Amino acid sequence: MAMTEQRVSYTLDSSLETIDSAEEKATKIATELGFGEDEVMQISMAVREGAVNAVLHGNAYAPDKKVILAFELTAQDLVITIRDQGPGMDLSKIPNPLAPENLLKTSGRGIFLMRSFMDVVEIRPSTTGTELKLIKHVHGPTAGGKEASR
Amino acid sequence: MTMKVGTRQVDGVTIVDCSGRITLGEGSVVLRDMVRDLLSKGNKKIVLNLADVNYIDSSGIGELVSAFTTTKNQGGELKLLKLTKKVNDLLQITKLYTVFDVKDDEAAAVKSFK
Repeated sequence: MAMTEQRVSYTLDSSLETIDSAEEKATKIATELGFGEDEVMQISMAVREGAVNAVLHGNAYAPDKKVILAFELTAQDLVITIRDQGPGMDLSKIPNPLAPENLLKTSGRGIFLMRSFMDVVEIRPSTTGTELKLIKHVHGPTAGGKEASR
Repeated sequence: MTMKVGTRQVDGVTIVDCSGRITLGEGSVVLRDMVRDLLSKGNKKIVLNLADVNYIDSSGIGELVSAFTTTKNQGGELKLLKLTKKVNDLLQITKLYTVFDVKDDEAAAVKSFK
């Protein structure tokens, strides 16, 4: 982890291992930044869901396509970017998982969970891939204190 | 920690003791295979004991929904037992808490089957 320069990025394969690895990295970084236990869980789960989308729906497990995962610490935020190399997500096709007709669907809750757990979620699809930005505000003396001590 | 399941019979009800993580990949497959196996053998009163499930992702939630609907479609009933706070919170925010029959007490869960 090289958060000393406030940004670290990883180029990962389109595999199930990448999903677990992304979650583990998020847990480690959020913990080191001083987020509370619940927030660490929220951040790691949001990253896991983002990685699932990138590997499954974006890159479709294609071995020649990569997932770029980046963590950046700004003065106010932990900014996590997950980029895939797929055909680009169609935002108009994202269902509302809370709608009665969708409650018993077995998929379609990933983006909803990310939005529930993070302060800001931005999705930028393009023909060369989808970029997902997950932002959690750094607040309280714990995270700020750790930041100031580096 | 990968997911592990074990089953036991209590008064005609199958209790499936789950532990670990229900996530995309192995965890979800283990749960899916277990429920299908139970149904194929005629065990249609199923309780998933999630007391030792410490993590579940959206794929795991989807597997719970799938297990619930598959059991119901075959004339059975599937209930959830002893949710951890994390799993409980997830079912609350996804509004699935209203869909599942969730119990805190095993004896009460067993008795609740018709």
